[in-house]
Amino acid sequence: MFIINCPYCGDRDQTEFSCHGEAHIPRPTETAQMSDDAWGNYVFFRTNPKGYHRERWLHTHGCRRWFNALRHTVTDEFVTTYKIEDPRPPLPTESQTSSDGRQS
Amino acid sequence: MSQSQRLPDELPVGNSIDRGAPLTFTFDGRQYTGYQGDTLASALLANGVRLLGRSFKYHRPRGLIAAGSEEPNALVQLETGAYTEPNTRATSIELYDGLVAKSQNRWPTLGFDVGAVNSMVARFLPAGFYYKTFMWPASMWMTYEKFIRKAAGLGVSPVDDDPDVYHSTYAHCDVLVIGGGPAGIAAATAAANGSARVLLVDENNQLGGALLGTSDNAASLAYRDKALQALKQNNNVKILSRTTVTGYYDYNYLTAIEKVTDHLGPGNGGDAPRQRFWKIRAKQVVIAAGSIERPLVFADNDRPGVMLANAVATYINRYGVLPGNDVVVFTNNDSAYQVALDAASVGATVTVVDTRKNISAEFKASLQQQSIRLFEGHAISSVRGAKGIESVRIMGLSDDGESLHGQAWEIVCTCVATSGGWTPSCHMFSQSGGKLKYEESIAGFIPDTTRAKKSCPNLSAGSCNGVFTTSECVEQGADAGLKAAAAAGKPATSTDVAAFAVNETAQGAIAPLWLVPTVHPVGEGNSKHFHDFQNDVTAADIQLAAREGFVSVEHLKRYTTTGMATDQGKTSNLNALAIMANIQGVSIPEVGTTTFRPPYTPLTFGAVGGQESRELFIQERKTPMHEWHVASGAVFEDVGDWKRPWYFPQTGEDMHAAVQRETLAVRQSVGMLDASTLGKIDIQGKDAVKLLEMVYTNNWQKLAVGSCRYGLMLNEHGMIFDDGVTTRLGENHYHMTTTTGGAARVMSWLEEWLQTEWPEWEVYCTSVTEQWAVMALNGPNARALLQELTDIDVSNDSFPFMTMREGTVAGVPARIYRISFTGEQSFEINVPARYGKHLIEALAEAGKKHELVPYGTEAMHILRAEKGFIIVGQDTDGTVTPHDMDMDWIVSKTKIEYLGNRSQQRTDTSRDKRPQLIGLLTEDPTVVLPEGAHIVAEVHDQPPMPTIGHVTSSYMSPNAGRSIALALLQDGINRKGDTVSLRLMDGTVLQALVTDTVFVDQEGARVRG
Ligand SMILES: [Zn+2]
Repeated sequence: MFIINCPYCGDRDQTEFSCHGEAHIPRPTETAQMSDDAWGNYVFFRTNPKGYHRERWLHTHGCRRWFNALRHTVTDEFVTTYKIEDPRPPLPTESQTSSDGRQS
Repeated sequence: MSQSQRLPDELPVGNSIDRGAPLTFTFDGRQYTGYQGDTLASALLANGVRLLGRSFKYHRPRGLIAAGSEEPNALVQLETGAYTEPNTRATSIELYDGLVAKSQNRWPTLGFDVGAVNSMVARFLPAGFYYKTFMWPASMWMTYEKFIRKAAGLGVSPVDDDPDVYHSTYAHCDVLVIGGGPAGIAAATAAANGSARVLLVDENNQLGGALLGTSDNAASLAYRDKALQALKQNNNVKILSRTTVTGYYDYNYLTAIEKVTDHLGPGNGGDAPRQRFWKIRAKQVVIAAGSIERPLVFADNDRPGVMLANAVATYINRYGVLPGNDVVVFTNNDSAYQVALDAASVGATVTVVDTRKNISAEFKASLQQQSIRLFEGHAISSVRGAKGIESVRIMGLSDDGESLHGQAWEIVCTCVATSGGWTPSCHMFSQSGGKLKYEESIAGFIPDTTRAKKSCPNLSAGSCNGVFTTSECVEQGADAGLKAAAAAGKPATSTDVAAFAVNETAQGAIAPLWLVPTVHPVGEGNSKHFHDFQNDVTAADIQLAAREGFVSVEHLKRYTTTGMATDQGKTSNLNALAIMANIQGVSIPEVGTTTFRPPYTPLTFGAVGGQESRELFIQERKTPMHEWHVASGAVFEDVGDWKRPWYFPQTGEDMHAAVQRETLAVRQSVGMLDASTLGKIDIQGKDAVKLLEMVYTNNWQKLAVGSCRYGLMLNEHGMIFDDGVTTRLGENHYHMTTTTGGAARVMSWLEEWLQTEWPEWEVYCTSVTEQWAVMALNGPNARALLQELTDIDVSNDSFPFMTMREGTVAGVPARIYRISFTGEQSFEINVPARYGKHLIEALAEAGKKHELVPYGTEAMHILRAEKGFIIVGQDTDGTVTPHDMDMDWIVSKTKIEYLGNRSQQRTDTSRDKRPQLIGLLTEDPTVVLPEGAHIVAEVHDQPPMPTIGHVTSSYMSPNAGRSIALALLQDGINRKGDTVSLRLMDGTVLQALVTDTVFVDQEGARVRG
C-alpha cells in the first residue's frame, strides 16, 4: 500500500488514488487522416517497462485532480509526482536505483 | 483427572502458570483440568494426552511438535455452534474455564480412524496424486472434490452467523518493533529514548520471547521485568501483546491481528471486541521476530511424542509440564544440550543422541553430572509406537551422514526432543520485498540487508537476523532501535539500554544433517520421513518431484504441496529446500527460497472486515421517495449501491403478475417511475458545447436552449460506454443525464479529458445526481395528470417532445423534461431532492382518477425493450459499436473529431457480419428465451457447436401479447426474416424469427402525441 504525494494535497494513502497507465500520450489531432497503424498505436499500445515509468494518477477520493508520477515498477518507489502541465522530470541515474530494481 | 505430567510445585519451574487457579476444560468429550496461564497444548500435555489429531493425507496419529505459533500438527476444532473455529493451534490457545475443543480429521474416533487406511495404501498416494489422478475429465472434478474434501479435510467451518464483534483500526508510529523478545524489547527501549513514538507488538500474552522458557528463569525474568517496566512508563511507547503482525506491505504498511478477548472464552468479552485488526503505517520497522527450531527428518519422525527440543524446554520451564519421563534428545547442534539438562533436572531420564562427534569435554561433564548418557555420531534409525512413541533405535552415523552402521541400540522413551538447528524468521523481511542470503555458520537464511526494498525501510535484529545468544540479541536490538529512531527523524537522546549480563554459553557449530538415513533407502520400507507435517509431505515426495523434473523451488512447492498448509512451512521449508539441494547436488542457495506471503498466521475474515459488516458493509443509496416505496409495498432491486423499486406487488400477486400489470397499465393509462437514480451532471462554461461535441457521437452545436437530445458516448476503441439525454438549459449551461450505473464513470471521463487534454477549455462539471428527485410519468394520461399539478402549459404545441420547461409542480419548483424511455407520452419531473416525497405523494393523490400505477425497474425494462431501446451494459458489453446496435442514425456524418471516431473505421470495427442487434420472436409465443441463450449455426446433440449470437434482453410483453427478445446476431441486420436456432443449457432447441427491434407502436406516434 503506497503513500502517494498528490501535488495538490500532499501525502495520502494509495486507497484514495487510481492509476491510469502511461502518461504523456496526447490525443492525436486530425485523426481522420491517420493510418490504422498510427491510430492503433495510440489506442492500444503502451510501454510496459521494468523500471522507471511515467504514469497518470487520479486522486479519486480526494481533490479529483489528475497528475503524473514517476514510479519504479519493480520497487514501487515514487521518485516524484508532478502536475499535468509540468515538464517531464528526468529519470534518476543508475546509482540512485535500488539494487533489486535495476532497469533492464 | 490428575495432571500426571505436571511437575511438582517445589521445582523452580512453571513461571507462566498459576497453580492457585485451576481451570476445567473438555477435549474430545473428556474433562480435564489445567491452570490459569496454560495453553490448551500445555494443559493437554500435563494430563498425559499425546494424541491430538490425525494427519491431513495419511490420517497418521499426531501430537504436539512445538510450543508456539509455528505448530504444524496440533490443530483443533475450538468451541461449538456459532462460536466454533477450525484449525486453531492448541499451542496458541490460552486456556480458559469451560473451554471445549475437538480433534480434527478423524472418523469415527481419534483412536480408531477409518481414514488411516490411507496410511496402508500410501504407495498409491504419492506427491502430485491429486494432479495426476483427478486431472481429466474436468467435469468429473465436482465428483472427486466431494470425496477428497470428506476424506482429507481439516476442521469444519461454522454454519451459523458469527456472533462476535470485531474492530479494525489504524495506527501510525515512528518505529514499529515486531516481536517482544530480548531484541525487540531492547529495540523499543532504545528507539523510545528520544521523542519517537514506538509501537511494540508481540504475539504472546506475555512479552519476553525466549527469556520466558529458559532454565535460569529468575535472572532472565528479572531482566525482562525491569526493561518492560521502563517501557510501560514511557508515554511514547504503546505495547500490543496477543498481537501478531500478519502482513508487511509497501511503504511500511503492516497489518496485525490482536486477540483482544479470545483468552476469556466465547461470549465473555463484555463490550470489548473479540479481535482487533490493526492497519499500521510506520516510518521505520525493526523486525525482531525471533527464530524457529527445525525438526530433524528421521524415519517416522511424526509419531506423537517427537517434539522440537525447545518446545520440551518451554513446557518444562514455563508450564511445569514434563512431556515424557524418558526423554531422548536428538540433535545436530549445541542448543539442545540445555534442554537435556533441563529435563534431567526435573527428574526425567535423559539420553542425548548427537549426530556429531568430538563433543566438548565441558558438555560431556555437565551431562555426566546429571547422569545423562551421550551417544556421539549416532542417529535415530527407527521408532516404535504408533499412537505415542515407546522407544527409538539408534545406530552409528557415517561421517558423510549418508548411512548407518554398527550396533543398533534400543532406547525406551516417551519423548524425543529433536533439534536440527534454528531457522531465522525472515517472513516479514521477505514480505517487505527484501532478499535473503544463506548463512553457512547457522545453516539458514538471514535477511540480506543490502537488498531491502527502498520503500520498506526496516532493520532486523536478534535471532531472526542470525544471532542466538541473548546478549547479542539485546545488543543488536538496541542498535537497530537507535538507527530506526534516527532514520524516522526522531533520534534518541541517550543510548542507554541495559545489557543482558547473565552468563551464556556461545552457540557451537552446527553439523547440518537434512535427512537422517535408515537401514532402507528413503521411500522404501514402511517408514516415512516427514518434513511438512501439516500437509503430510515426506522426503520421498521430494525425491519423486525431482525424478519427475519439478526441481525449481516454486514447482517443488506446488507439486508436493510442501509449505502450503496453514502453517506455511514454518518448520519445514528449509528442510525441503535442503533435501532438494542434496538430490540435485547443488548448494541450498542455488535451490533458492519460495516467497513468504501474508498472513503470517491464519486470521479470521471477521477481523479483517471489522465494523464494516452487515448494514455497514456497503452503504445503501436511497432516493428521496424511498419511504413512499416501502409504504407502498415495493420489492427492491440493487442497482449499483442504489435501492430501486423492482415492482409493487398487490395482494396475492407474484412478481410476474405484478410486472405484467404494471407494464400494461403504463400503455393503457399512466404509470410513474422513480428515476432519481439516473446520473445527472451540470455542465457550464463557454466551452461546454465543445465538450459535448467531443464526448457524444452526434451534433450539439445547433441544440436550442430548452431542448433535449439523446446522445451516445464511445470510448477511444469506438465502443459504446454510456448513453443519456442532455438538455440545454441556457446559453452555456447543460444538464447531462447518464445511466444509473455509469454516473460516476461518466463524471470521471469528462474530468479526465478536461484536465489532461483540454485544460484551456472553460468548462465546469458538477455531479448533481443527488440534488434532484425525479418522477417519470408515462402513458396516454400523463399529460392530463400533470396538467392538474403544474402551472406550465403542457399541451403538445407549447411543450413538444424533446423539450424542457421550468415552473412549479404541486407547488414546488420543477424542471420538466419531455423525454421518453417507454415510447409513450412522457414527462420527467425534476424537483429539488427535499421535495421528492412531497412530489410522489401529490402525484399519487392526483393520479387516483387517472388510474396511476407506480411501476418498478422490471416493468421499465419491458417497456423499453418493447420499443427496442437499448440498455448500455445489458444489450452492450463493451465490444459493441453504434453500427452494431443499428444506431447509425446517431453518428454524425459531418463531425470530424469526437472520441472514438477513428476507431469506427478500423478494419475490425468496420467489417461486415459483426454481431448486430436484432429482435427475436420465438416460434411459440409463450416461451420466454433465457437471457444469455446462444444462437447456434448448426444444432448438434452435444456441445461444442458454432455460436453466432446470444440473447441480451428477453421478456414476456403484455403489450405485444407475446414473448419478445433482443439479441446480438452475426450479420443480424441482413438476416431479418430468417429463422435461427437456439440451444439451451438443458439441451432444448428453440426456433425464433429474426425481426426488427421495435415490437410496439412501430410508427412511433404515441411518444409525440
Ligand atoms: Zn489531491
